[in-house]
Amino acid sequence: MTAQLQFRNLTLGYDRHPAVHHLDGAVETGALMAVVGPNGAGKSTLFKGVVGTIKPFAGRIDRNGVSPQDIAYLPQVAEIDRTFPINVYDMVAMGLWRMKGLFGSIGAKDRDTVERAIAAVGLTGFEPRAIGTLSGGQMQRMLFARLLLQDARVIVLDEPFNAIDAKTAADLLALVRQWHAEKRTVLAALHDIELVKANFPETLLLAREPVAWGATADVLTPENIIKARHMCEAFDEHAEACVVAA
Amino acid sequence: MYDLLIAPFSEFEFMRRALAGTIALALGAGPIGVFLMLRRMSLVGDAMAHAILPGAAIGFLISGLNLFAMAAGGMLAGFVVAIAAGLIARSTELKEDASLAAFFLISLALGVTIVSLKGNNIDLLHFLFGSVLALDDQTLVLIAGNVTVTLIALALIYRPLVLECVDPGFLRSVSRAGAPAHLAFLALVVINLVNGFHALGTLLAVGIMMVPAATARFWARDITVMLLIAAVCGCIAGYAGLLLSFHTSVPSGPAIILVAGVLYVVSVLFGRVGGLLRQLFPGRHLEA
Repeated sequence: MTAQLQFRNLTLGYDRHPAVHHLDGAVETGALMAVVGPNGAGKSTLFKGVVGTIKPFAGRIDRNGVSPQDIAYLPQVAEIDRTFPINVYDMVAMGLWRMKGLFGSIGAKDRDTVERAIAAVGLTGFEPRAIGTLSGGQMQRMLFARLLLQDARVIVLDEPFNAIDAKTAADLLALVRQWHAEKRTVLAALHDIELVKANFPETLLLAREPVAWGATADVLTPENIIKARHMCEAFDEHAEACVVAA
Repeated sequence: MYDLLIAPFSEFEFMRRALAGTIALALGAGPIGVFLMLRRMSLVGDAMAHAILPGAAIGFLISGLNLFAMAAGGMLAGFVVAIAAGLIARSTELKEDASLAAFFLISLALGVTIVSLKGNNIDLLHFLFGSVLALDDQTLVLIAGNVTVTLIALALIYRPLVLECVDPGFLRSVSRAGAPAHLAFLALVVINLVNGFHALGTLLAVGIMMVPAATARFWARDITVMLLIAAVCGCIAGYAGLLLSFHTSVPSGPAIILVAGVLYVVSVLFGRVGGLLRQLFPGRHLEA
């Protein structure tokens, strides 16, 4: 197996303060990996680095030939203008962007694909609804339908099940498992330890620095979780420059 | 009825020209206005409309009432302001509206001063309120050409433009088309304002853009329908405004915008999407 993502001494952050500090390791192709850690542990920052919206302070990320724009990314807080006059169908159809680009026409076959994606997330019948009328869970289902259409080899989900009811989370989790079965590489930031243990074979426990990374059962031990919590509470406005060799 | 609605246009050539000009104008300005509104840039449109005045006035100062000198001057000034507004929006966080307001008042004063240096009050009125009843061939061609460019360009940048409004994060993650599309859009705003400037003048050019767009918001939940309604509203306002002006001797530019205003007020009251009446009497709620 080859690594889909390789982190080499990766440091990411904001205003010179590292949020992810000296991360080394590889995500194998087809891995289904949970990223767990307290708030402020650097999970979102790591994902932003993976999809290329922020540049590393030091080190690098090798993506094994996949360009950042070919990675499907569900941000924790989507910057969606919910008052914008657009319906569910058109919003989902945007997932075809990579194939269609600016000008590609959407034919009967594509419309079929869009309909199937909408059906797969259980939103059939909602197509003509304005996005502003959706509930939080329906919104998340719609965004998953868009992810389905993106048909990406690498999928990055930042806290996809927050504020989502159990039924919706279970439905969406089924899609995640399906992506895994299709040998896509999936990274998901999660807080629900039980959900991770039940569904994710591999886990990275992050607290700015990696606490543990490997098989979920070995990583999510009570000792590691407590350690992660302590490591995270150490922001220093006047920290010295880091001296670890780059 | 014929005398009232059709005769003015069949009998007088200047009315036919005015009608052709306003309809062309409305077809481009309506959709542009909708995008300005959805991008929350209504005020930017206003500032740019005013900024065109000193540019056109400098063209006038140099070569008199020459269409191309004035159009070129106006476009140049418009582009400068478009870029300046973009820079202001990025470099300062809070004061964008205040600095835009300051900016367009200064532009207005500067423009009026420059026009007064060379022209008389008639020229000044022409600059401020346009002269839709005196559109010559050249101006009509300019307007029609600009609108053609606008509609084609809008079709080309439609996807990134929509996506950048509704989900900028997603657009950034799949494409780099956002920034070029935004720049192209600003250029379209400028050329449509220059269009409006010739027919309706500095003060009202932005009216044919924003008033139909605001009207459309009360009738559609979907952007494609909204674009259509805005364009049609502009056309209706142009036609009815010219008739109003013809029969009552009201100045034509203000008459057009007044009709657009009436359509707007009616929509605020009776609009299907979020109109006041609809809010007060929503009807019985549905079964599911």
